[in-house]
Amino acid sequence: MSVIAPAVEGSPARRVGAFFYRHPAVRLSLFLLPGLLWLGALYIGSLGSLVVYSLWSLEEFTGLVVREFTTSTYRELLEPANYEIVLRTAGMAAAVTVACAILAFPFATYMARYASPRVKTFLYLAVIMPLWSSYLVRALAWRSILAGEGFLMWALERVGLDGVVRTLLGVPIVGGPSLVQSKISLFIVYVYLWLPFMILPVQAALERVPVSFLEASNDLGARPGTTFRRIVLPLAKPGLVAGSIFTFSLTLGDFILPQIFGTSEFFLGQMVYVQQGVAGNLPLAAAFTFVAMAVMMLYLGAAKRAGAFEAL
Amino acid sequence: MSGPRSARAGWRVRLATGFVFLFLYFPLLIIVLYAFTTQSAAFTFPPPGFTTRWFTVAFQDEDMWEALRLSLSVAALATGASIVLGGLLAGAVYRARFLGKNVVAFIVVLPIALPGIVTGIALRSTLSLADIGFGFWTIVIGHVTFCIVIVYNNVVARLRRMSPNIVEASADLGASGLQTFRYVVFPNLVTAILAGGILAFALSFDEIIVTTFTAGQQQTLPIYIFSILFRPRAKPVTNVVAMLAIAITFVPILIAQILARDPTAGPMRAGGE
Repeated sequence: MSVIAPAVEGSPARRVGAFFYRHPAVRLSLFLLPGLLWLGALYIGSLGSLVVYSLWSLEEFTGLVVREFTTSTYRELLEPANYEIVLRTAGMAAAVTVACAILAFPFATYMARYASPRVKTFLYLAVIMPLWSSYLVRALAWRSILAGEGFLMWALERVGLDGVVRTLLGVPIVGGPSLVQSKISLFIVYVYLWLPFMILPVQAALERVPVSFLEASNDLGARPGTTFRRIVLPLAKPGLVAGSIFTFSLTLGDFILPQIFGTSEFFLGQMVYVQQGVAGNLPLAAAFTFVAMAVMMLYLGAAKRAGAFEAL
Repeated sequence: MSGPRSARAGWRVRLATGFVFLFLYFPLLIIVLYAFTTQSAAFTFPPPGFTTRWFTVAFQDEDMWEALRLSLSVAALATGASIVLGGLLAGAVYRARFLGKNVVAFIVVLPIALPGIVTGIALRSTLSLADIGFGFWTIVIGHVTFCIVIVYNNVVARLRRMSPNIVEASADLGASGLQTFRYVVFPNLVTAILAGGILAFALSFDEIIVTTFTAGQQQTLPIYIFSILFRPRAKPVTNVVAMLAIAITFVPILIAQILARDPTAGPMRAGGE
């Protein structure tokens, strides 16, 4: 039991408290200042310096950064090899997002509507645990599953479907030299890694869909498909958008997985990594990064209007 | 989802749920399985034999312990700093009305909403412009930047669920501002702060994208794992270290979920119901 000592009128603590009560602006600034200095000055400032770097260029002979304003670095982005990287990465991010949404929906539906409270808690933890454990570590598992002599090929051989995989690997855009090194495997691993980020917000959104809405729709003669399209989907939208922020953004900015599962065709993150590291071309790396940032900023603006931030 | 609530889900929903559950957990079993395989350079299924010698190899690797120590100390510092910064920001944004409140909420979310590579390159450009050498402290700076939002989100969610009346009641009963915080607000927030702190710790411990750009020669545990990934021999050692990394974060995350118990939690918050 804690006993609160009555503060003596005019004690220092009381006077400080009264001062802050009378000057809420001072209190507010004290609360805001440290965080805003960090995020506002350091982080936003850093995003600014990234833009500055992208407007500088690399002197090819000396390998030094020329600190003069130029748009030449951005013009480099328009070379086919470079904008193909952007398109390839955006395409992968979009495909991964759609696949995550399709897999997440029935699972989230089961959690929100059918699971008993105990099963729901269990499933919730089952989704959240992988989300917070290391993504590199979880990706590693797939290296052994997708290996030529690994589990997936072993299982497919049992059912006689291994030929299908070999055919798929030969398809130009999705294939690759081996199962581990192909866009198919990159896609599977991304979907696996980011799926929890989609399940949680969708489940939270479905949780708020009143059962009476579904009953009303049914009573008015709507078929299940119509109810899904016109009632459930619109109400689940903020959750889907919140989830897609993660699935899209995380794919866009990753440079680790393409090095493990990718082919010789570069992805955006990988290009940034190589340009700033081995190639020492920070301006080009910054220009590529700026594209990713601009895409996400536009997306975030739209997401905020869709009310998705509450679901993060 | 069809019409009115039925006791049982249709077979398609149940099948899909089961499939997704297997999809999420089967790979984790595979990590454990191959930590014990006798092959040093391949992942043949089923493994030809089992051994525990990779554990000995991993535990005798001084680089591994060095990386683990670095990761733990970075995570501890980043967590401490983000609790202070994120907690204060949450207190400021909650209830107070001021110009730019939405901007603050937006800026806080940016470091996790933008691709990690953006944060990484942005910090790297600034640090090299300022001529700051890359090392322990620059890793911490990077981690704090994206950990703030985790604490912030958890505390804001708790503040929203807390009745504003209890603060007023405390003031009416004659408590000073500090007393109200000490005896009324803080006890309501402490589990949210802890949960946020634990999740921030886990995020920092496992982060590799931003760290790659803000680290000098140092190797955090994820960077170490990545570096031994392409060694042609002793592949199962990666699985042993991977198991260790999962084990270190598993229990704390579970505790964070139990502490938060928030049924409306999104991916960046702890929940548990």
